[in-house]
Amino acid sequence: MVAIIWSFLIIVGIGFSMISGKSISLSDTVLLSANDGVKMVMDLLPIIILWTGIMKIAEESGLLQKISNLLYPLLSKLFPSVPKNNDALGYIASNIAANAMGLGSAATPFGLKAMNELQKINEKKDTASEAMITFIVLNTSGVTIVPTTTIALRLMHGSTNPESIIISSIIATVCASIAGLLFDYYIRRKKHGS
Amino acid sequence: MVAKLIIPIFILIIIFYGLIKKIDIYESFLTGVKEGLVTVYNICPSIIAMVFAVNIFLNSNFLENIFSFLNPLLLKLNIPIDIIPMALLRPISGTASLSIMNDIFSKYGPDSFAGLLSSTIQGSTDTTIYVLALYYGSVRISKIKHTLINGLFADLVGIITSFIVVYLLFC
Repeated sequence: MVAIIWSFLIIVGIGFSMISGKSISLSDTVLLSANDGVKMVMDLLPIIILWTGIMKIAEESGLLQKISNLLYPLLSKLFPSVPKNNDALGYIASNIAANAMGLGSAATPFGLKAMNELQKINEKKDTASEAMITFIVLNTSGVTIVPTTTIALRLMHGSTNPESIIISSIIATVCASIAGLLFDYYIRRKKHGS
Repeated sequence: MVAKLIIPIFILIIIFYGLIKKIDIYESFLTGVKEGLVTVYNICPSIIAMVFAVNIFLNSNFLENIFSFLNPLLLKLNIPIDIIPMALLRPISGTASLSIMNDIFSKYGPDSFAGLLSSTIQGSTDTTIYVLALYYGSVRISKIKHTLINGLFADLVGIITSFIVVYLLFC
């Protein structure tokens, strides 16, 4: 499936560039893209290792489990297949909280740890489990309460009220998340029904 | 300002809790960092692969051209044409949609209808393809079932809601 997305992007990209005469910039793009990829990984590296270090303390001291127990009633509805006291729930909760507060860079390491924990209880290691799908859908619609980058850019361009878009963004992102979760719920029900 | 204090306070709480529970917090930290390095090692190939494909795709301006038939309709509705590529690119590349938003701000101003709409779209969703590649790549999952369609559906709802909400709130 990932292979299909990947080859679609490349085939359509190269094909359309050639048709529309953009093939001159194409070779530069190809050569530079590995550069961009490595840069992205390097940008992520310090944040990830810092947070996985800090969170390991929370995990081994039992704090993470306390957080996940606290949020269990809510999370068990979204992730019924994850057993209670599983560290995955603590990381999922931290990921959602960090995303919501606009700390996107801190959310990523939590999310990666959550995936790691979910993979441990996944039966088919090459196939996404139900909990993983729900978790990723929640992340792709990105529940952000304070879109910090957008506000900073608006301020830079001389907006008289840069924060004015917070409410509209919240409504849009919450609607997107609910729609995503309902879609996922519907497909899951259909599968279990048949 | 409060947001700036959340992270330091959060770290303090974790350290104190670890000290109270008398675990070797330094050793835990090192273990965690080591795990983090393994994680980065695991996500590295999938990120490089996805950036490679996305860059080639963006270079072709495929989406902008395919959806240019919508332009007359947009003009009629008084919606700037730049909104469509921005909305379409939002799930594929965060930086691409961000730079279009930046252009919209310079062209029409951040407080114009286009400015408010693009800001809302930017905040309505995250970069779906990147999230997929990152999270699934980190645990080597290749069969993702309905995740992509599900994510794109949520993005679509987010974009449509953005239009409606900005109309209702600001017009």
